[in-house]
Amino acid sequence: MRRSSTRKTGSALPVNPSSGSSDTYRSASSKAVSKEVERIDNLFYAYADASSGLIDPEGIESFCSDLEVDYTDVRILMLAWKMKAEKQGYFTLEEWRRGLKALHADTISKLKKSLSELEKEVARPTNFSDFYSYSFRYCLTEDKQKCIDIESACELLDLVLGFQFRPQVDKLVEYLKHQRDYKVINMDQWTSFLRFCNEINFPSLDNYDAELAWPLILDNFVEWIREKQS
Amino acid sequence: MRKIVDLEEGLELVQKGITKLTNILEGRAEPSFITDECMMLYTTIFNIASRNYPHDHSQLLYDKYRELLEEYLTSEALPALSEKYDEFMLLELVHRWKNYKVMVRWLTHFFFYINRYYIPRRSLTPLAEVGLNCFRQLVYQVLKDKVRDAVISLINRERDGEQVDKTLLKNVLNIFVEIGSGKTHYYETDFEAHMLRETSTYYSQKASIWIVEYSCPDYMFKAEECLKREKDRVLHYLHEISKPKLLQHVTAELTVLMKQAEDAASNKKVLVRSVIELNAKYLAVSNDCFQNKSPLRKPLKEVFEVFCNKGFSGNSCVELLATFCDHTLKKGGTKNSSEAVEETIEKTKDSSYGDITTLSQTVKLLAYINDKDLFAEFHRKKLARRLLFDRSAHDDSERSMLKKLNQQFGWQVTWKMEGMVTDMTLAREIQSSFQEYLKSNRQENPGTDLSVTVLTTRFWPGYKSHDLNLPSELIKCVQAFKIFYETTSSRRKLTWLYSLGSCIINAKFGERTIELIVTTHHAAVLMLFNSADRLGYSEIKSQVGLTDDEVTILLHSLSCARYKILNKEPNSQTISRTDYFEFNSEFTEEMKRIKISRPRVDERNKVIQDVDKDREYAIDAAIVRIMKNRNVIVYQQLVVECMEHLKHVFKPDIKAIKKRIEALITREYLERDQMNPSIFRYVA
Repeated sequence: MRRSSTRKTGSALPVNPSSGSSDTYRSASSKAVSKEVERIDNLFYAYADASSGLIDPEGIESFCSDLEVDYTDVRILMLAWKMKAEKQGYFTLEEWRRGLKALHADTISKLKKSLSELEKEVARPTNFSDFYSYSFRYCLTEDKQKCIDIESACELLDLVLGFQFRPQVDKLVEYLKHQRDYKVINMDQWTSFLRFCNEINFPSLDNYDAELAWPLILDNFVEWIREKQS
Repeated sequence: MRKIVDLEEGLELVQKGITKLTNILEGRAEPSFITDECMMLYTTIFNIASRNYPHDHSQLLYDKYRELLEEYLTSEALPALSEKYDEFMLLELVHRWKNYKVMVRWLTHFFFYINRYYIPRRSLTPLAEVGLNCFRQLVYQVLKDKVRDAVISLINRERDGEQVDKTLLKNVLNIFVEIGSGKTHYYETDFEAHMLRETSTYYSQKASIWIVEYSCPDYMFKAEECLKREKDRVLHYLHEISKPKLLQHVTAELTVLMKQAEDAASNKKVLVRSVIELNAKYLAVSNDCFQNKSPLRKPLKEVFEVFCNKGFSGNSCVELLATFCDHTLKKGGTKNSSEAVEETIEKTKDSSYGDITTLSQTVKLLAYINDKDLFAEFHRKKLARRLLFDRSAHDDSERSMLKKLNQQFGWQVTWKMEGMVTDMTLAREIQSSFQEYLKSNRQENPGTDLSVTVLTTRFWPGYKSHDLNLPSELIKCVQAFKIFYETTSSRRKLTWLYSLGSCIINAKFGERTIELIVTTHHAAVLMLFNSADRLGYSEIKSQVGLTDDEVTILLHSLSCARYKILNKEPNSQTISRTDYFEFNSEFTEEMKRIKISRPRVDERNKVIQDVDKDREYAIDAAIVRIMKNRNVIVYQQLVVECMEHLKHVFKPDIKAIKKRIEALITREYLERDQMNPSIFRYVA
């Protein structure tokens, strides 16, 4: 029986519905499962703040150092994505469980090993666009916030797209810092950046058509590049 | 009876036959051929060709054929043609060609035998074609330029209204076609190309005369007429292949002038009035002209639009038009203005123009302008100044103008301005009531004559209200009016716009009193000198309560401009914070009354800013309206509909539309479709 709740202090043991019929079998596998869950939970509490019951930024920092990954590393963002973490800088127990279970990692070392697999998983096109959108939403820290400021957008672009689309990202970041029309980026513009990288030939830009529904910011970006080239 | 034909004899016979034929064609006394004679000639040739085996004289005969024709042409045709000119030459040519064709036909009959057997066997040029070639080489090539020029000259005479022999022209031009064996190659190269050039020259000259002579509607009628005549020309004698090219050339020439007129106007620094006059002349629109499907309609419409939306020496056409309206509607105005009024009256008298007044013309011009809202805002600003400073010639003309604007653009453009004009009437009524009130409440009289104009805020352009420290006399006035106004309506709040006010101050310079007409701000500064002889910049500033910019302008106009009411220390032309000012009691002036003019206000930037802001809202509203209606729409369609919605007011920039779409996405009024990025959905 699964109850929907946002934060649990105690936990109901998740029952595997497709387990076998016999009690012994069920108890054996559920025992294994529950062992895993226990380890995952313990790992959570190792980093969580006692009063809030969440892993907070400090906890994340020590988690990262144990993991030997910088907390600004894109793989942490990927981990957050896997966890479907809602709030930047915080992990809830449910999110933690979700992520680590999916990665089949209940120890730090297993987690470390799973990171490269995770990277491959994210890189798959269907996952990547989801991850890309997620990364934007993850940055919306305030309630009702719809946009992120240019500076953060540039950092995020570099983090998330830099590996795959280095030249486009560099140029786009240069432009975003240079222009004065926009102080923030909305989700639609963010999404279009990825589409731009995927669809438009770079650096020729020969198949970019401003008559189409591209956001104005990209029209201006292309115009700026073309002016610089001439 | 078969006879071995002697070659010499045979050829002699042929020669005789030709001579006879020639005589007949030349109209000399010569009996016509009888059948026997024809037969004999035919047989002679047959015999020469077939019977002189082993000598085959076919080649000789072939050459002879050609020789005979050449001789004919050289001895008969060419001399006759060379002694004639122009139309006579053309007549002769047609005659000669006709005869020549007969000659060729007959000779071909006579020489039939070799045409039938020898020529095909040797793959030689058939006789008829040889005939054609002879004429072409000996006559056509020699005369073609003269012929062409004669034809074109006749065409031009016809264009100028003379009656010309159309049949002759048709026949001559047919020759050009026939000479190419029915193909139009020679016609096009030797005649048409030149004709088109000449046509262009002709119309270019005419256009430059007509554009000065005729009013625009007449010019266009004339142009229509010309095109029709050219079409008829094609029907009557020009080859139909010329039709499209001809019409294109003519249209081009007639519209080029319109473009040049507009260029000329924009390159010179011309007074507003002259520019508008020039263009009102050329561009005043007669609805009739545009409603028919003339080929001129589209190019002329494009010319108007380009002109109307272009700039002139840094000013936009919109602003110029607004300024022009301002001049026309002002009192007295310039000398030109009164001419315009006269012209207006004249035109209304002339019933063929209907009711076209200068302002009407201008309003119609506005239909071609994209930035209609910009014009409206300029007009509103200028209207405000006319109304407030009593410069308007007549209320009726203001209302009439607004009515025209309303008809063209709808109430959204004119409601505020109509409110403004009404306000003035109401304001006068309130002022009357105020006077009455003061009469019956003498104790409330502030001691200074006061006239107040009450404006309804939402109609008028935004004016800054200043925290001016009024002289005590004026404070009394304001108080008095406030009390009175509260008796009329207690709910309304009055905001005083001193910057728009004016005062008449009696200033005593020595023995002489001069009336100074100044703004209220000026008055505030001047009255300070009633209680102090000498004041420094900062003292003046703190007492008056205005900003540095404002104080500087005021002091400059009082001490460094035409009338030096104040003396400045040091006596430089710029105001600085360390300056000192004194009342200039030595000031002399012949006039009893002088006016210190208002500081010039450049409204332009503010107007453009305000209009841009309004446009953003308008585009937003249009997009939301469209999205609510459609729910789902393709981007390009959204743009098209948006422009359609707004076209009566302005032509939105596509970038501006995109920007508003972006903003509306952020505000979650619409969203992009996940699958197809060109599609937008309404977010309820």
